[in-house]
Amino acid sequence: MGYPAEHLFTTINIILFYFLLPQGGFLWINTEPLVYGGGPIPSIIEATNLKKTFGRITAVDGISFAVKKGEVFGFLGPNGAGKTSTMKIIACVSPRTSGALRVFGMDPDISPAEIKQRLGVVPQETNLDPDFTCYGNLFTYSRYFDMPSDVAQKKAEELLEFVQLREKRDVTVEKLSGGMKRRLILARALVNNPDLLILDEPTIGLDPQARHLIWERLKLLQAQGNTIVLTTHYLDEAARLCDRLVIMDNGKIHVEGSPAELVKEYVGNEIVEIEKTAEVLSCLEGEHIPFEIIGDTVQIATESSREVARILFDHCSPHKVLTRPATLEDVFLKLTGRKLRE
Amino acid sequence: MYHIWSMPRITRRAWKVWHRNLVVFFRTWQVNFFPPLIEAFLYLFAIGMGIGTYVKDIDGTPYINFIAPAILAISVMNSAFFECTYGSYVRMYYQKSFDAMIATPLSIEDVIAGELLWGATRSVMYVIIMLPVLAAFGVISIPASLLAIPLAFLGGLMFAGIAMCFTAITPSIDTLNYPSFLLITPMALFSGTFFPITLLPVLFQYFALALLPLTHLVAIMRMLTLPAFSWTILLHLAWIVIVTSVFCVVAINLMRKRLIV
Repeated sequence: MGYPAEHLFTTINIILFYFLLPQGGFLWINTEPLVYGGGPIPSIIEATNLKKTFGRITAVDGISFAVKKGEVFGFLGPNGAGKTSTMKIIACVSPRTSGALRVFGMDPDISPAEIKQRLGVVPQETNLDPDFTCYGNLFTYSRYFDMPSDVAQKKAEELLEFVQLREKRDVTVEKLSGGMKRRLILARALVNNPDLLILDEPTIGLDPQARHLIWERLKLLQAQGNTIVLTTHYLDEAARLCDRLVIMDNGKIHVEGSPAELVKEYVGNEIVEIEKTAEVLSCLEGEHIPFEIIGDTVQIATESSREVARILFDHCSPHKVLTRPATLEDVFLKLTGRKLRE
Repeated sequence: MYHIWSMPRITRRAWKVWHRNLVVFFRTWQVNFFPPLIEAFLYLFAIGMGIGTYVKDIDGTPYINFIAPAILAISVMNSAFFECTYGSYVRMYYQKSFDAMIATPLSIEDVIAGELLWGATRSVMYVIIMLPVLAAFGVISIPASLLAIPLAFLGGLMFAGIAMCFTAITPSIDTLNYPSFLLITPMALFSGTFFPITLLPVLFQYFALALLPLTHLVAIMRMLTLPAFSWTILLHLAWIVIVTSVFCVVAINLMRKRLIV
């Protein structure tokens, strides 16, 4: 990060792109989904009562959701919540046990090849081909999509540029760092100009620099009208990227909404944190302020931290009071609990 | 639903997988081309000229001419079998290549079919490299022996299918040693390769004819290289075609069962 030229490149791209939109250039970066010609926004994915069982284990337990064209849709949840299983079902690599599913209006059980032709998938596990170079990986992969050789060559070069791996063009993938591998996988997912990108933990295990680069690229792709479905453990990532998201746990969807809506609805605007002492606790009870104990701190979710802080200082004589805006992480922990997941 | 006898739906996309393996093969051609050459020389010198000094001929055929087709048949078996056991297992399990491929329009059936075709192609390449060496030593007759090339594809496909069944059910790469040592090695010795199966006890002769695929491949190969054709070639070919079809279908279905959950 911190390369001015790189930001400039991104900005120019976004500007260029918006001027090329049929609606004209007035759509600056906004959080509202794009409206197409006044008609209803078509659903790219429609799932109803989707279920997946492995023997006696139920991984996905009757979930329903719809992803609209052009939006970034997130699946959040602790380990084992059923996110990856859901991604695999959408990507047509794992058949559903029951329920209805349409991707681009087609059934994955009936037309997997037609759907996969229009998908870009970033799997959780790095599965680049170690027998090839960076360029070779992209080129070979585009051949699986029946792309003509000259188009594939051009696309591979273009994508190496897009994920900033031009200097590594002829290096075998085993010599790449973790961040470079993830970037190359993102590039590989784009070889066929997909209409829908499925990202399973796109930035897992990456350093902040690499994460920011991937985010920036995803934002750019979204700006170009791509539909993106992603899973993540990183709640800041979800808050930053997603237009809408669902929080899953034990194979079920608990809530659905935009990050801001969810925070407002389930936690409130702000959080006040104070250390847990007997005095503070009895004082809070005396003032009838609802609170939650987390480890050795007490958290109070509120619409007005100023008000709560005033009461605390006036009546409870705390040592230290911290106020901060509520985040998606607060919603997540509130809904899925604090118990460790394996 | 799918079961092991389902007829797999394979598309021509299988050739994309085959092509991927071909590209990798030619990129490392130095390591891939020399083993067959060396192997041909090793067998000819050690067994042909070594043992051949004592065993002058078998039923009127010079010993070295008797074992030349066996060398070819064993190579067909080994190259396809090891390609579709260790080679395919590494691509499936360690490199996760199959997972990456099935995220594209390729189906798992296409991927496995491509691997099987590739295993058979390895056998063909082995035979193409060994034929000139054997011909130069004058131990096989040309042009009848050129039919060994299409035969290598059929035989290779059979051993690829058998190999892929083991790959589909093996818990780890180490357990692939069992079929290698308990099936492939004995087969290389007892399938009428270095001595006629008529020297075996009668019961064992029936066993070899009924159950050891290499027996049939060696028999046909010998008819081509001597050459000494007989109508029994049709029985041997029929046996190979049937076994090849069965194992290839089962292999694809077992692999689907393993990888698509």
